[in-house]
Amino acid sequence: MRGIPVSALIGLAFVALYAFGAIFAGFIAPYGMAEVVGDVWEPASSAHLLGTDSIGRDLLSRIIFGGQTTIFVATAATILSFTVGSIMGLTAAVAGGWVDQFLSRFVDLIMSIPALIFALVVLSVMPVTLPVLIVVMGLLDATRVFRLSRAVAVDITVMDYVEAARLRGEGNRWIIFHEILPNALSPLVAEMGLRFIFMVLFISTLSFLGLGVQPPLADWGGIVKENKDGIVYGIPAALIPAFAIATLAISVNLVADWVLSRTASLKGGRDG
Amino acid sequence: MTRNPIVFLLAQRLSLGLLLLLAASALIFMGTEILPGDVAQSILGQSATPQALANLRNELGLNEPALARYFDWLGGILRGDLGTALTNGQDIWTAMSGRLANTLFLASCAAIIAVPLAIILGVIAVRYRGQWPDKLISGITLTSVSIPEFMLGYIAMFVLTVQFRIFPSVSTIYDSMSLGEKLHAVAIPVLVLVLVVLGHMMRMTRAAILNVMQSAYIETAELKGLRPITVIARHAFPNAIAPVVNVVMLNMAYLIVGVVVVEVVFVFPGMGQYLVDHVTKRDVPVVQACGLVFAAVYIGLNMVADIVSILSNPRLRHPK
Repeated sequence: MRGIPVSALIGLAFVALYAFGAIFAGFIAPYGMAEVVGDVWEPASSAHLLGTDSIGRDLLSRIIFGGQTTIFVATAATILSFTVGSIMGLTAAVAGGWVDQFLSRFVDLIMSIPALIFALVVLSVMPVTLPVLIVVMGLLDATRVFRLSRAVAVDITVMDYVEAARLRGEGNRWIIFHEILPNALSPLVAEMGLRFIFMVLFISTLSFLGLGVQPPLADWGGIVKENKDGIVYGIPAALIPAFAIATLAISVNLVADWVLSRTASLKGGRDG
Repeated sequence: MTRNPIVFLLAQRLSLGLLLLLAASALIFMGTEILPGDVAQSILGQSATPQALANLRNELGLNEPALARYFDWLGGILRGDLGTALTNGQDIWTAMSGRLANTLFLASCAAIIAVPLAIILGVIAVRYRGQWPDKLISGITLTSVSIPEFMLGYIAMFVLTVQFRIFPSVSTIYDSMSLGEKLHAVAIPVLVLVLVVLGHMMRMTRAAILNVMQSAYIETAELKGLRPITVIARHAFPNAIAPVVNVVMLNMAYLIVGVVVVEVVFVFPGMGQYLVDHVTKRDVPVVQACGLVFAAVYIGLNMVADIVSILSNPRLRHPK
């Protein structure tokens, strides 16, 4: 690991902090998730570091548990979208012909409707539960991963070593997993960071609109929604989870930028 | 027959756009119909009585096959009939048209400010590439891209309405308001929308111009001793118009989505609020109609981007 830039280190530190908070939420949160421990919108004090929320729950504990839900949902949706999107994208690139045409046009069609709008349309008839949210978000986002992985893989499929593998008589499956995927991995990993952030923003937006994670379960978008009425009275409780979302997003972006520039130099880029 | 390639290309784009819209309508319909379980059941919940379920199924026409219902729905839309809302039996178009106008007003105010600003900032970033103005602009861009729309909304609300009391925190507009009053009411939502799209638009404008800056004729212009800003404005920019227009249209489409969230934040009586309300009430016909309108605007903007980039290409405009 030669010379990690400072920005990436800061990003990594924050990402690690959030990951730690999400995994050990039950141990580090000072109070229970739905425990009413004080008055409505108490200001910050030594007992409640960030004050209390709209019905008197400890805001810091809500934020920690909310982070757990938000990060869990976003991670699960990202994994789903990457699994589906990259397998489809690589298949389309390797198979070519009508398979490629069919998949690409289908993805074009789904992308012709804004993701949030389509998610709202689907959620209007689906029960809003965590698995449903993860599947809807993951599949909608798989279209973006499909485009990227297909574009990357199309460049790789014309390489000599892929030709050699084909002449050896290897099947499409083998070529995808042994020739294409290892070489397409680095841009995909960098993209994964950006997709994860998109998922965090997506689930927060849905929860903020009241169509994501349902109470009493906490998540960052939901906490903004619960405390938004305080804004007009000058109570900044709603801004704190929003701040958490923004710092997480910026940190992941910084790390992803670094991974991207590293992969560019691995590929013989000029900045190497 | 010498046919004009540009007319042919435009006709092709238009028909492609219409085809896409048709397919999108099918997709929206499928999204609400061909799902595991029954629409009536999920609207009324698990505790619904069989009689209520049967009534709702009848009202929605769920006893007919899905394909027949789709063509019924599509036929209605082509005749300008979007159907009636489940919750209050109102005609959807009547309820929607005023809100659509409000949303378009909000979005176009934001666009009028954001588009020139983004292009100017993009040009400045290219002019001072690698120097502090460029870095400052990139830093602000990265931050604004990482902040969710609703957070920008509440920060703006917190600062401008609560701390300084310059603007109202709720952006209600009526037909009877004058243009000035309307503009004052939507000032903060417009500001937020501008911030939402500005980052992306500026970053992509910068990339598009930088791409052109690598051409040989730019070096020629520089060697002729032209001022850097002249090189960018006269030589690079005209050739970057097609990608820049694409960028602008992509972000206008993004604006359409941002509008949904911003309208909810500021309780603005527009399409986004209408859609979100009726998703919560599980009013399927309204959701389908709104989804289709949003998709139509989105597809339309993308089509305009395609058409402008064809028109901006002199090789297509003046065929030999």
